Amino acid sequence: MSPATSAAAAVSVMAVAPQAYLVVGTILFAIGLAGALLKRNALSIFLSIELMMNAVNLLFLAYARMRGDAAGQMVVFFVIAIAAAEAAIGLAIFVALFRARQTVDVDKINFLKW
Amino acid sequence: MTYPLWLIPAIPLAGFLVNGLVALAAGWQRASARTAAWREAHPDAGHGDNALRHGDDHGHDDHGPALPYWQRLFHGVVGVGSTGLSGVLAFGVLVPYVRESLASKDGLPAVVETAYHWMSAGPYVLDIAFRLDPLSALMLSFVTFVGTLIHLYSIGYMQNEEGFGRFFSHMNLFMFSMLTLVMANSLPVLFIGWEGVGLCSYLLIGYYYDKDFAVAAGKKAFIANRVGDFGMVLGIFGIFSLFGTVDFSFVDMARQQAVNGGAPLSVYAVCLLLFLGACGKSAQVPLYVWLPDAMAGPTPVSALIHAATMVTAGVYLVARCSAVFVLAPGALTVVAWVGAGTAIFAASIGLAQNDIKKVLAYSTVSQLGYMFLACGVGAFGAGMFHVFTHAFFKACLFLGSGSVIMAMHHEQDMRAMGGLKPKIPQTYWTMMIATVAIAGIPPLAGFFSKDQILGAAFGAGHPALFAVGLVTAGMTAFYMFRLARMTFFGTFRGSEEAESHVHESPATMTVPLWVLAIGSLGLGFLGIPEVLGGHNTLIEFLAPSLAVSHPHEVSNATEYLLMGMSVLVAVAGIALALRWYGAPGATSEVPSVQADAFYRKTGFLGPVVANKWNVDEGIEALVLSPFRKIGNVLWRGFDALLIDGVINASAFMVELTGDLTRFFTTGNVRNYVLTMTLGVLAFTLYVWIR
Repeated sequence: MSPATSAAAAVSVMAVAPQAYLVVGTILFAIGLAGALLKRNALSIFLSIELMMNAVNLLFLAYARMRGDAAGQMVVFFVIAIAAAEAAIGLAIFVALFRARQTVDVDKINFLKW
Repeated sequence: MTYPLWLIPAIPLAGFLVNGLVALAAGWQRASARTAAWREAHPDAGHGDNALRHGDDHGHDDHGPALPYWQRLFHGVVGVGSTGLSGVLAFGVLVPYVRESLASKDGLPAVVETAYHWMSAGPYVLDIAFRLDPLSALMLSFVTFVGTLIHLYSIGYMQNEEGFGRFFSHMNLFMFSMLTLVMANSLPVLFIGWEGVGLCSYLLIGYYYDKDFAVAAGKKAFIANRVGDFGMVLGIFGIFSLFGTVDFSFVDMARQQAVNGGAPLSVYAVCLLLFLGACGKSAQVPLYVWLPDAMAGPTPVSALIHAATMVTAGVYLVARCSAVFVLAPGALTVVAWVGAGTAIFAASIGLAQNDIKKVLAYSTVSQLGYMFLACGVGAFGAGMFHVFTHAFFKACLFLGSGSVIMAMHHEQDMRAMGGLKPKIPQTYWTMMIATVAIAGIPPLAGFFSKDQILGAAFGAGHPALFAVGLVTAGMTAFYMFRLARMTFFGTFRGSEEAESHVHESPATMTVPLWVLAIGSLGLGFLGIPEVLGGHNTLIEFLAPSLAVSHPHEVSNATEYLLMGMSVLVAVAGIALALRWYGAPGATSEVPSVQADAFYRKTGFLGPVVANKWNVDEGIEALVLSPFRKIGNVLWRGFDALLIDGVINASAFMVELTGDLTRFFTTGNVRNYVLTMTLGVLAFTLYVWIR
């Protein structure tokens, strides 16, 4: 790696303060949480959860950058990989659910209770 | 010695295995054949119907033999043959040993033969070893001899029983255990035999296992023996702590007073513990209660186990450990008084029993008391002499009573007998010889051994013990002649039909009776005291094995006087019995307990004695009932309330928590998400502010 390219990369990152990443990540997480809590459509809740996960990913990356520790990036890879699997399973469940109940409204799917 | 000693007990063990396996196989075959026959007769019965699971295992009635001839022949040959063969082997080693021992001045040393290395703990090694010394030689001689005769007798007595093979296999197992007991060279090996004879006793008392009383009697015997065995085991531990060994070399150490002073138990305590074991096995007060009930077993069992051999194991134990007992004179005093107390107490109960076997059972308890009395005053030789003679005349009496019972078609109540003398003459003559022997009339066997015990008690300076023994001798003569009078003399008191069926027993039964009767006649001559010109051969022979054989010498004049007294008392007992129950020719009715002469003539004593001094009731009130109450309290208070309460309470708490928290499961997904969020939040807060 030449000194020029490494300097350019440093400049492009330094252009945004690390705290900004934290703020964006936190806001994204809050949006996702609100969505997960308030939405009735299972698909929307699912999307909200995905949003929360990516917010967390962002925070991991930001902290990893700030601390100069690559472990955070590693975690992100794991999260992405598992999120892919989770998405496949989750969507399959919704399809099966819709076939059975003709709806994905979670308030109507409340038969598993005391 | 040309063959190993271990063969002597091993042969009956092999007999047990062969007889047992064949009996088992034949029993299965019989049961399945019976089931098949029953199914054929009841074609519509469903499967799993167990109505015929247990057939009648013992034909009481005379509908002839229950087993085919070849089966009875097989069991009889194996049973009698194995016992007889071991007897032949035993006498093969005995006779040379005894002869050489008598020829040499101080007797031969013990022959010890190790059969098997049992265990080793550090430097200590314990072997399965057998021993031949004067004491075990004496036991061996009459155990095999009387045992073989009783096996032979059983062929006739048990011929109509379906459990014929089972009976013989258990009898053989008993012979194995008893021979192990008497030939053991260490207390643990002796204990194997000790427990083995207890097991066989239990099995054979409960031979009629479909009869409640037999099962209860078996359990009673086993449990009463457990009390004694507890003492026995502790006693063995005590011996080990005192001498550092449990093989019989401790006897020599005790003779040299080489006792470990720092042992946790004193010699006195160890002796009492061993004596507790002896009390259980030999039916001494207060553990005697099982022996009268043990008469629920077949009569040969009563003769072999509960009269001649097993019950003398306690006396043998005390004699074997005599050198240790001598170190604790206090313990010997206890032995003497327990023996004397048992002798007179059991004899008093025997005075008013109406069951022919019960009279003999209490007589046995009483005679065992005599043996312990002898040991207690230091006359171990005299005690063993009485063991020896008693084995013959008591076995003869029991086998005779079995012959009477068989003639009476399993009637044991003497009130329904009478006048049997001309109908069963062989039984009559043999039983009368044994009766005179036990009553102590010279020159029969019982006189010599009993007289030596009484003389020793007097000579050792215990006039009170002597007096108790003397009174017991009179009572013995009384109840034995009462038995003879009620059974053989007068007129028949049962039904006419029963009278017409009375018959003499077959030869397999009368031959053993005669042999034993001859033994009762003559074996006393083995121990003629010096005052009568004899050499007291038997006791001289036993001397090397025992601590003291001649504790105290009394003058010839005193000895004549003592003999005269004992004979006089015996004659008085006989005379009283014949006076109260009528002379031999007279007819008399004894239809009920209350009409019994003893009951009528002894005032308030009669009812009490007839009810066995209410000992069973007393034990019930003083021991069993309190224990049952404690058990009840522990059951209801401790187990049901406390233990179950804790368990049930914890289960209830889980249920309650579940009931209270189940409503959190609303089924609404967003509730769950909220809960989870709040949880994460709380956790974060906790981490943050910590």
